Amino acid sequence: MLDKTGIAKRIAKEVKDGYYVNLGIGIPTLVANYVRDDIEVEFQSENGVLGMGPFPFEGEEDADLINAGKQTITTLPGASFFDSSMSFSMIRGQHVDLTILGAMEVSEEGDIANWKIPGKMVKGMGGAMDLVASAENIIVAMMHTNKAGESKLLKKCSLPLTGVACVKKIVTNLAVIEVTSDGFKLLERAPGISVEDIRKATEGTLIVEGDIPEMEL
Amino acid sequence: MINKKVANVTEAMKGVEDGMTLMLGGFGLCGIPENAINNLVKLNVKGLTCISNNAGVDDFGLGLLLHKRQIKKMISSYVGENDEFERQMLSGELDVELVPQGTLVERCKAAQSGFPAFFTPAGYGTEVAEGKEVREFNGKMYVLEEAFKADFAFVKAWKGDAAGNLIFKGTARNFNPAMCGAAKITVAEVEELVPVGSLDPNQIHIPGIFVQRIFEGKDYEKRIEQRTVISK
Repeated sequence: MLDKTGIAKRIAKEVKDGYYVNLGIGIPTLVANYVRDDIEVEFQSENGVLGMGPFPFEGEEDADLINAGKQTITTLPGASFFDSSMSFSMIRGQHVDLTILGAMEVSEEGDIANWKIPGKMVKGMGGAMDLVASAENIIVAMMHTNKAGESKLLKKCSLPLTGVACVKKIVTNLAVIEVTSDGFKLLERAPGISVEDIRKATEGTLIVEGDIPEMEL
Repeated sequence: MINKKVANVTEAMKGVEDGMTLMLGGFGLCGIPENAINNLVKLNVKGLTCISNNAGVDDFGLGLLLHKRQIKKMISSYVGENDEFERQMLSGELDVELVPQGTLVERCKAAQSGFPAFFTPAGYGTEVAEGKEVREFNGKMYVLEEAFKADFAFVKAWKGDAAGNLIFKGTARNFNPAMCGAAKITVAEVEELVPVGSLDPNQIHIPGIFVQRIFEGKDYEKRIEQRTVISK
């Protein structure tokens, strides 16, 4: 089974040379740490920066330079700043190549829910609805089950939706899964996890074809 | 040169009354109009509708107005990290309209630009689209969203001049430019008010035509919400 770092490491392998990438809050933010250093990638943050760098050294943090998670950051050579409108032109206009975000639930049709639990928790959608409505290439990073042990990969989402039929790939602590027209197609298993373990943790239709390889990290 | 300079925040905020709709720039605590917010607390105006991406934190930014129950309605995209906001919203004390972030900024920009409404794919098939017109363009579904109408826009810039020209710094730019000229009166507070003619026209982010009042702000705290650093 993978921890959050493991999920981030596996997703980092999906990041290709020349990609502009938007990373959501949480596990997705960690992905930047594990992208191969022999490829050129630029990270976009929806609050208005392209070419985001690592966290600053202690004492060099700048209140006017944060990411979408409100964390202090730095910029890399070639970086640019812009306003929120232009930022969402990049997103809505499909200029960003890959979007990685977290989720509370994903359905086998690719619907995603990640902004609200009625009566209990409302964080808001932030930029997630804009991202999932427009991005061609969306990967969800999440744990396979919630804290109560219930599957987060469902036939139908039970929570208010963030977007419909938009998720293409899911990387969890147990598996790599592709969302197809027939359901969740199992591509890879996490180290030490069996197909049966994944089946038990998946409420939606799980498609298993042939031998399922173990993830390489 | 048309002079937009006012002496201080008190003069800049003349005309702000109970029940008004206000736009406030900033993302989290980054680039928020601190002087205007602190003055709203002092004026104790009530029944406000505030259009702002976030609502500050419990003891800073718009969180100060929430604590004093000055806000009737918030229009925001993200309210996480503010316990008082979440509490007031879940208990029904506060009316909240949650808007996708790209839609939120574009509804400001539409008001700035003279568009009554626009179509966006964001929120299609979700509760955000409920009761709104949807339409198909080239095989994809879009939701009709309307421009905001606001009485005042409070924005914060890094540098500005008496002509109302503004330059922003880093990610403190965020929602501020789209709110300029998007309300009946735009009030800009700047960290540094420089002499007219000293800003390079090539570098100006917002031309003074979008700004009605400008003043040099005082005592900026510029609080950091998530201080993330690596050791040397």
